[in-house]
Amino acid sequence: MTPPISRGFRGRRRSEVDADRLPPGQYATSDFPVLSAGPTPRTSLADWSFAVGGAIGQARSWTWDEFTALPAETVTVDIHCVTKWSKFDTTWTGVPVDVLLEGTEPWGDFVVAWCDGGYTTNLPIAEVTGGRAWVAYEYGGEPLDAEHGGPARLLVPHLYFWKSAKWIRGLNLSAEDEPGFWENYGYHNYGDPWKEQRYWGD
Amino acid sequence: MVTIREIRAETPHAKTLVLDVPGWPGHRSGQHVDVRLTAEDGYQAQRSYSIASAPEGADLELTVERIDDGEVSPYLTEDAQAGDQFELRGPIGGYFAWDASSGGPLLLVGGGSGLVPLMAMLRHLRAAGSDVDARLLLSARSIEDVLYRDELDRLAGGTAAVHLTLTRGPAPPGWTGWTRRIDRAMLAAVGPEPDRRPRIYVCGPTPFVEEAARLLVALGHEPTSVHTERFGPTGE
Repeated sequence: MTPPISRGFRGRRRSEVDADRLPPGQYATSDFPVLSAGPTPRTSLADWSFAVGGAIGQARSWTWDEFTALPAETVTVDIHCVTKWSKFDTTWTGVPVDVLLEGTEPWGDFVVAWCDGGYTTNLPIAEVTGGRAWVAYEYGGEPLDAEHGGPARLLVPHLYFWKSAKWIRGLNLSAEDEPGFWENYGYHNYGDPWKEQRYWGD
Repeated sequence: MVTIREIRAETPHAKTLVLDVPGWPGHRSGQHVDVRLTAEDGYQAQRSYSIASAPEGADLELTVERIDDGEVSPYLTEDAQAGDQFELRGPIGGYFAWDASSGGPLLLVGGGSGLVPLMAMLRHLRAAGSDVDARLLLSARSIEDVLYRDELDRLAGGTAAVHLTLTRGPAPPGWTGWTRRIDRAMLAAVGPEPDRRPRIYVCGPTPFVEEAARLLVALGHEPTSVHTERFGPTGE
């Protein structure tokens, strides 16, 4: 069924935008919008720690100094927010989740990212391993701003950015899938921007 | 697919669209919709807009503020006419929503067009005949930018305590509101106190919401009681 034409609407075609990089329904922005549920948590580095636990053989945790001494990567990726904006070529530095899970013998198929302020999001473990996810603490070569999730946030650029949990403090593995904060409010359980999986039932 | 039934100017920069939405399932105050426009060559653009009307309202209404270099808002506020059609999806959003049955007290803090979903809450409060203690603090650039001004005056009579602050001078003659950016003293004066555990909803441009939320937490409000909806650029 063809959609109704909105009489007189022409839109703003940005010729400099590579349309192949834009998932359906998105527009490219050069800004970096902030859309968080609630006030921005502010955790001091002295109080910060990161833990991997749950359905795992060897639970682990790191202080900030230990965490930032782990092997890190700098990556440049496009990011896509469910609220329609996409931002190209964002640069992040962080520890690959593969490094965090190394030697821990995870046996759960699902992971929940849990965060300061109470935010959670859930993912299949396959979506955060194999070089697809990081826990990032720098953006654009600078320490990550609290507004954007600092001290550290999960970075999973192939999914809608609500899965890149801000203020992350740990990954909890589980044999069962546990929908997180936005998933419980009706957002899609998986969130693939290329299939436009914004809400439940998409 | 929805049809615009009527367009109403609210301020020089904002219009309310009154929509015919076949099969509209109803909504909760605070929720929003996704609007999708299609050009003749198939090009599409989607944006989200807060629902301005109360769930009890006869019609679904959206208030859209024109953003200067926007793609969709200039069309909706300047080109669109009664009879025009577009796609609409919703209601969306279970987090930034309030029902009178949830009770209060209710503290609403809005910046500019962030007032839209908060107005839906106030309209719902009034339509539901609720006697919840409701307070609104609205920050606007100037009096001309205040959405729903007459209606806010009427609500101030009994439904809610309405506080305004203007951030760009000059204030109109006889102005009794504030004339500065929101700050701790202002929020403390509006109340209620944290020990009354108000449900708090803050909506507006990102820098405004960041500051308001920070101040509310600093005043002692429980962070999880501060619901936020941010929009617009952060200027980065």
